[in-house]
Amino acid sequence: MKSGQTPKRRNSVRALGLLAAVGALLLVCVLSIMIGAKPVPIGDVWHGLFHNSGVGNDVVIHDVRVPRTLLGLLVGLALGLAGAVMQGLTRNPLAEPGLLGVNAGAAAAVVSAIAFLGVTDVRDYVWFAFVGAAVVSVVVYVLGGSRSATPVRLALAGTAATAALYGFVNAVQLLNSAALDRLRFWTVGSLASADMETVGRVAPFILVGAVLALGIARPLNAMEMGEDSARALGVHINRTRVVAMLAVTLMCGAATAACGPIVFLGLMVPYMVRAITGPDMRWILPYAAVLAPVLLLGSDVLGRVVVRPAELQVGIVTALVGGPVFIRLVRRKRMAQL
Amino acid sequence: MTTKTLRTGGGVSVRYAPRAAFSGLGLILLTLAVGTVLVCTGDFPMTPGEVLDTLIGRGTVVQEFAVMELRLPRVLVAIFVGAALALGGAVFQSISRNPLGSPDVIGFGQGATVGALAVIVLFQGSAVATALGAVVGGVLTGAVIYLLAWKRGVHGYRLVLVGIGAAAMLTSVIHYLITKANLVDATRATVWMTGSLDGRDWTQFWPLLAVCCVLVPLVLGHGRALRMLEMGDDAAYALGVKVERTRIVLMASAVLLVAVATSAAGPIVFVSLSAPQLARRLTRAPGPNLAVSAVMGSALLLSADWIAGNAFGDRQLPVGVVTGILGGCYLLWLLVSERKAGRI
Repeated sequence: MKSGQTPKRRNSVRALGLLAAVGALLLVCVLSIMIGAKPVPIGDVWHGLFHNSGVGNDVVIHDVRVPRTLLGLLVGLALGLAGAVMQGLTRNPLAEPGLLGVNAGAAAAVVSAIAFLGVTDVRDYVWFAFVGAAVVSVVVYVLGGSRSATPVRLALAGTAATAALYGFVNAVQLLNSAALDRLRFWTVGSLASADMETVGRVAPFILVGAVLALGIARPLNAMEMGEDSARALGVHINRTRVVAMLAVTLMCGAATAACGPIVFLGLMVPYMVRAITGPDMRWILPYAAVLAPVLLLGSDVLGRVVVRPAELQVGIVTALVGGPVFIRLVRRKRMAQL
Repeated sequence: MTTKTLRTGGGVSVRYAPRAAFSGLGLILLTLAVGTVLVCTGDFPMTPGEVLDTLIGRGTVVQEFAVMELRLPRVLVAIFVGAALALGGAVFQSISRNPLGSPDVIGFGQGATVGALAVIVLFQGSAVATALGAVVGGVLTGAVIYLLAWKRGVHGYRLVLVGIGAAAMLTSVIHYLITKANLVDATRATVWMTGSLDGRDWTQFWPLLAVCCVLVPLVLGHGRALRMLEMGDDAAYALGVKVERTRIVLMASAVLLVAVATSAAGPIVFVSLSAPQLARRLTRAPGPNLAVSAVMGSALLLSADWIAGNAFGDRQLPVGVVTGILGGCYLLWLLVSERKAGRI
C-alpha cells in the first residue's frame, strides 16, 4: 500500500475492486450456465432462468446448469472463506482445508459408510463426509500445535494424517470393490452430479459458517498482531478461536461432502486476495468470498471445455492450477513470517 | 552416546558405538529369525533343517519349488525393499532436519505411483513396464522437486513444502488416472498403490540387489558428511564438507533407492517414515543412524509381512495395509511426543 494514499481513498479503491469482483462472478455464472456438453446461447439463458417452459434448453438450464452453478457458488464461497479464516487464525499462509486432512477425513468416513454400513445413495454421503471432515480437522489442528503452529508443523501434521487415512481408505477399497467403484469418482472432486436437493442440504451449513466467519473479521485482525496484543485490545481469544474453527468445520465439511475434495482453492484465493487488499481481514474475507467462486466456477467451465466431449473434474483443474501457485508461495523468501 | 575404540596389534583402530552396534546386531538376528519363519511356514510347512537342505540342493522337487521359487525371493525382496526405503527415509529426514520429511510425505512416493499408474491405466502395461514406470516417475519427480526447491542452495524446510505441494498435485493426477480406468485396471492400480509382496520373485530381486549394491555403500560412505550437515550448512562447510555436492549425491541416491524399492513392491507407506525414528530411539545416538535404520527397515517390513499373512485369519492382506495401520498409530505418537518436546 502506498503511503501517500489516505485510508478513505484506499477503502474506496477496495470497494470498487470488490464491485468488479462481483461483476466477474456474475459473468462466470452466466458462462457456467451457457457452456457445457450442450451449448446454450445467451438469449436462452434469461428465458430459461425466469420463464421455464419445460422443454429444450430450458430443461438443461433448470435441471443441470443452475444447480451446478449454485453448488459451485456455495462451495467456492465456503472454501475461500474457510481458507482465509484458517490462514488468519493460524497466522500461516499454508493453512488450507485440503492440506489439513479435511478431505482425507471425509473420504475415510464415506468409504466406511459404503463398506460397513451399506450406504449407496450419493446424497447420504453428505452426513458421513461431514462428520469425518469435522473430526479430522479438529484433530489436525490440535496435533499441529493449536497455539504455536508453525507452517511446517501444521502442513506436516495434515499431510501425515492424510497419508494415514488414505492408507485406510485404500485397504477398505481393496477388500470391497463396490466401495472402490463408487468412491473413485467421489474422490476427485466434481460438481457434475449437482442437483437442487444437494444444494438445499449443504446451503444452511455453508451460510451459517459464512456468517460466523465474516463476523470475526475484527478479532482476527487483532489476533494477527499476536495473542497478547489482541487480549490487550479486548478480544476474547478463545471465543474467537472456537467460532473460527466452527465456521471452518461447517464450511469445509459441507463443501467437501457436497462435491468431494477440492484442494488448493482455499490456499490460492486468500493468497491472491492478500496481494490486492493488504492484511486487513475485513477486506480479505469478502474478497475471498467473491473471488473463490469465480475461480471455482471458472475452473469448472475450463474443465468442461478442455477435454471435450468428456469433462475434467473441477478438483483436478484446481489442483493443477493451484499447485504452481503454492510452490511459488513457498519459494518466496519471507513466507514463514507471514 | 558413548563410543569405544577397537585397537588391533597392527596399529589399525576402529571407533564404534557399542549400543548402536548391539542394536544393529539384534535387528539383523530378528530379521533372520522372521525370515526363517516366513520361509518355513505356508501351505507346505517345512522345518528349518529341511530348508537348509533345500538351499544346498538336497531337497525334494516340491521343497525346492516352495523355497527357491516362492518364499525365498519374497523374503529377500522384503529385506532389500525395507532397507532401501528406510535408508531413503533416513537421508531425507536428515537433510530436511525434520522427522516427518520422509519420501512418501514429500512427493517421491506419489511421483513413482503416477509413473506406475500411467503405465497400468493408459497402456495396460505388464508388471515389468509398471516397475519401470515407477522408477521413471520417482526419479523425474525427485529432479523436479529439487529444482523447484533450489534457490541458492536447497534448504530442508523449502524442500519439504515444495514436496508437499507437488504431492498434492500428483495425488490429483492419481485420482484422475483412477477415474479414467475401467474397474479391472482400477483394482489393479489400487492393489499396486497399497504395496504388496505377493508373488514377488527373482525378476524383482535382481535389479533391487544391483541398485542396493551400488547405492547403499555410497550412502553409508557419506554418513559422516550427513551428520555434519545436520549442524547447519555453514558449520558443515567450515568442517570441510562439500555441502551442495554431498546433498545432491545423497538425495539422488535416496530418490533412486526409494524409486527402485517402490517399483519392486509398490509404495509401501511409513517404512521410510518410521524406521529411522525407531532406529534413533534404539541407538540413542544423534545423527542419521544410516546403517541401523536400514536394518530396522528390513526387520519392520518382514515382520509386517508376517502379520499381514497371519493376523487376519484366512484373509491375506497386502503388507502395505499393515504398515499403514502400524504407521498411523506410530505417527500419532510421534506427533504428540515431538510436539511436547517442541522439536517440530
